[in-house]
This record gives sequence, C-alpha cells and structure tokens, in this order.
Amino acid sequence: MSFADEVRELYQEVILDRGRKPRHGQRLAAFDATAKGDNPMCGDRVQVWVKFDSGDTISETGFEARGCAISIASADLMADAIQGRGKADTKALFDSFVAMVRTGVCPEHDTVLEQLAPLSGVHEYPSRVKCATLPWHALNAALEGTREASSE
Amino acid sequence: MNVDDIRKDFPILGQTIRGKPLVFLDSAASAQKPRAVIDAMRNAMETQYANVHRGLHWMSERTTEAYEACRDAAAALMNAESREEIVFTGNSTGALNLVAHSYGRGVLKPGQAVVISGMEHHSNIVPWQMARDAHGIELRVAPITDSGELDMTAFEALLQDGKVGLVSMTHMSNVLGTYTPAARIAALAHQYGAKVLFDGSQAIVHRAIDVRALDADFYCWTGHKLYGPTGIGVLYAKREMLEQMPPFLGGGDMISSVSYEKSTWARVPHKFEAGTPAILEGIGLKAAIDYVQAIGFEAMAAHEASLTEHAMARLSQIEGIRIFGQAQDRGGVISFALDKAHSHDVATLLDRQGIAVRAGHHCAEPLMRRLGVDSTARASFGVYTTHAEIDALADTLTRVREFFA
Repeated sequence: MSFADEVRELYQEVILDRGRKPRHGQRLAAFDATAKGDNPMCGDRVQVWVKFDSGDTISETGFEARGCAISIASADLMADAIQGRGKADTKALFDSFVAMVRTGVCPEHDTVLEQLAPLSGVHEYPSRVKCATLPWHALNAALEGTREASSE
Repeated sequence: MNVDDIRKDFPILGQTIRGKPLVFLDSAASAQKPRAVIDAMRNAMETQYANVHRGLHWMSERTTEAYEACRDAAAALMNAESREEIVFTGNSTGALNLVAHSYGRGVLKPGQAVVISGMEHHSNIVPWQMARDAHGIELRVAPITDSGELDMTAFEALLQDGKVGLVSMTHMSNVLGTYTPAARIAALAHQYGAKVLFDGSQAIVHRAIDVRALDADFYCWTGHKLYGPTGIGVLYAKREMLEQMPPFLGGGDMISSVSYEKSTWARVPHKFEAGTPAILEGIGLKAAIDYVQAIGFEAMAAHEASLTEHAMARLSQIEGIRIFGQAQDRGGVISFALDKAHSHDVATLLDRQGIAVRAGHHCAEPLMRRLGVDSTARASFGVYTTHAEIDALADTLTRVREFFA
C-alpha cells in the first residue's frame, strides 16, 4: 500500500476538505443553546452554537474549534447530520456515533450515520477517538443546558 | 559504542507497528528497557524475593542487599558523597512533591520565594503552587529568551532581594531540549543565599551528572527514562538538607519508634521512605544504571550530539516546519510543528508508518503559551536511536506536509 493509500484509511478526502474548509465553522449571531468542549489531554477546544426552529428541531449549527483535522471535520459533519432533528433524535444519533467511532462498525442502511462513516477509521487510533467525539460532547452539553463538556 | 549492538539489547525494538518496523522516537516520555533490566527483575521474582529492611530470614536479607545496591549505584552515578544522600521516590514528580512539602513547607518561611524557570514541566510548577497556597511562599518565574534559553540577567534580578530560599529548575527542557547552565545557576543561587534543585529527568539520560561539581543541593530524576522500570525515582539531597527537613509521608519503614503519644524518625534517607518501597523496581534500576555505566556517558553524549545535529539539519530542510528552541546547548529532544497540519494529525500519520512521537502540550502548558502554540509534536532520542530513524522521520514528515498542503 502506498503512503497516500495508508493515510486515506483515516484521512479520507471529506475529512481533509472539511478540516481545511468547514462549512459551519462560525458562531451563530442568534442561537438558543451553546456549550464549550475541551480535551485537557491535548488542548483541543470547541464551542458549538445551536438554533432551533419552532419546537426543538435544530435549524442551524455553528462552531468554532481549535484542534486537529479530525475534530474540525467531525464538528462540521455533525452540523450537517443534526440539521432538522429533534433533541431526542440528536441524542440517539450521538450514542450511535460514539459507538461507531469506538468500534469502526457503521450500521447498514442508516443514511445519516453513513454520512459520518468517514470518521469511523479513528477506532484504530484510540487516542484520536476523543478528537472525533469532542464536538458531539459539546453539542450534548448544549442540548442539556450544561455549558461545558469534556471528552475525558 | 555500536548502535547496532545496543539495539540487540532492547527486545522491543524488533516489533512492527501496523506492518512497519517500530521507529521509537518517544524516549523522553519513557525509554525502552534493555534485556539486563528485564532479566534482573524477573530473576528476582523467580529466585530471590521478599520484603526488605525487616525480615530476619535469608530471602529478606538477600533482597535487601539487592535493593540497597541500587542506592550505591545511584550515589556513584551522581557522584554523591554518600549513599545516605539518595532518597528513593516514585518518580521525579514524587521527588519534587517531597521537596516542595518537606523543604518548602517545613524549612522555608512564609514570605520566602521559590524561583522556577519558564520552561518547566507541570511537575515543577504545581507542587510549588500548592506550597505557595498552603504556606505563603512566593513563586517566581525566570523567563526564557526567544532562543529557548534561561534569561540569566532576568534570573539574577529575581534573586537580588535576598528573599529567594530555593531555585528549582530543569536541567534539560522536555520540550525545547535546552540544557540549562546548572553550575552557573547554582553559583548564582548560592551567591544570593538560595539553595538549588535541578530536575534532571531528561539530562541524566544523556550526560554524566556530578552533583558535587554542580554544587546542587537537590537533584532528582526518574528511573523509567534511564532505561529502568517505572515506579522508582531518585532524589539526591545534601545530607545537611535532609537532616533539617521534616518527613513527608508517614508510616512504616520511616520511623525509629512509635507510641500513641509520639513517634521518632528513622535516620536519613529512610526518614523519607515510608512504606514498602519499589523493591523490584530498585533491582531493575540498579541493572539499568550498570547498563548505561558500561556503555559510558561520554559515548552516549557523543551519540546524542550526533543525532541531534543530524536531526536539526534534516528537519530544518522541511518546508513549513517550525522547530522550537534554538539553544546553543541543546540535546536530543526536538519539538516542532508543521504549518499545514495539526500536531495530532502529524503524530497519527507518523504512527501509521510505525514512527512513534509525542504530540500535545508535553505537560508544559505555560511554555506552550510562551511559544504561542497549543501543542507541538516532539521527537526524542535514546541510546538505541539511529541516524536512519531520523531520516525516516524527516522523509515521512515531508510526505505528511505534502498530504496536508
């Protein structure tokens, strides 16, 4: 296997692209919930802002992050994946996502998780799983009304 | 010294990682173990083991001799005046906490100051903050220059009011690779009436340490970075220091006699060694000290200098790299960052090629802030590191940079 092939096991094009140029990488001017997440072991930090439309459906998500390509790409893909979802639905997705990045197994026929599947490669690198889950922990904290989360 | 022969002494170096030969460039975090250390510990467990310092039976006496031989070896390694000046701790952190608690709170007076440098590991920051908050000691930080060296003028200025009771400073930065001028630091500290401690966790791996030539009042290091086991560290202290310090931890082994009204302390160094010590680790560390002494520090220092020179030359050629620390006197610990890739991504891509480096803040967050970064990647060398491994690092970093460009 070539260097590039080996690298792409983990760093698929979508991760590189989203890590470099995230679509949702800014704070929201108007928002309903926000929380920060930090990983004290590595210094990665993220803040997530969420806006709901009528009821508890997520209409917009923005984030600011200082961290690696994995954590930024994960935050950006998360913002896509939770669009239009209710709180309970989003929390269920959070649990499924965490299970996927820990095991590397993406459930078949789950189109939302398939969008996030490029991140499943981190299961081979246990210390990097937290990079992928950090924005999700921050999102979860925002939905629960706690202001801070840690991926520790 | 012949590196190929030395590598044969370290069984783990034959491992493959993700299908690639292991290139272990993380010795500054913890070094690999030679066969001699592994065998010494296994032999003790298989043939000669009991608790030490108390048994009247054959096994205990033999084990005590084997364990206490480590104290002699450590004393000789550092050119201490006597074996009673060697206190065993759990690691360097344990040694620093011992001094911060026992000397910081027990001997220093509220209002006196402790000076550390701007390139300390958290283990030489946090214990002093705890002593400050509990005992009213002032904590002063001597800044570093942009090249990553101690600012000697600013350091001396911190000493001039005569309030400084102790200077506690690294002898080699675990981030920048900078060796601090320990003899000059000690002379200045003493000139202003302060005692001096060196954290030699990194330095002792590469250079012969002579505590009497340095005139160090305290010098600490940890076994696992010197090719020994985890769980044992060494605190050297001049006998006069140990005599005036109160005990740190209380318990068995550190007492002379105990009644409900009053206890009296064992003589130094045992006054500072409460509880059953790290017996097997002491036996392993003795083997590690014998191992490095047999190679010789002159040869190891020359090897480190050659590796460092080669690495600085190769790494500095990589486009977009920033190497932290350009000290005149620097050794085989090199921190760097690539402009297009986060250090964690760099470390993961190197790992995919079997190359182990550390990435993160290296337990030195204040220094990271001084450098203006959140994290760096760090390559560090041991006695078994080869020039070819540094070439592999440099070649792979070039490809990583291209991949993220």
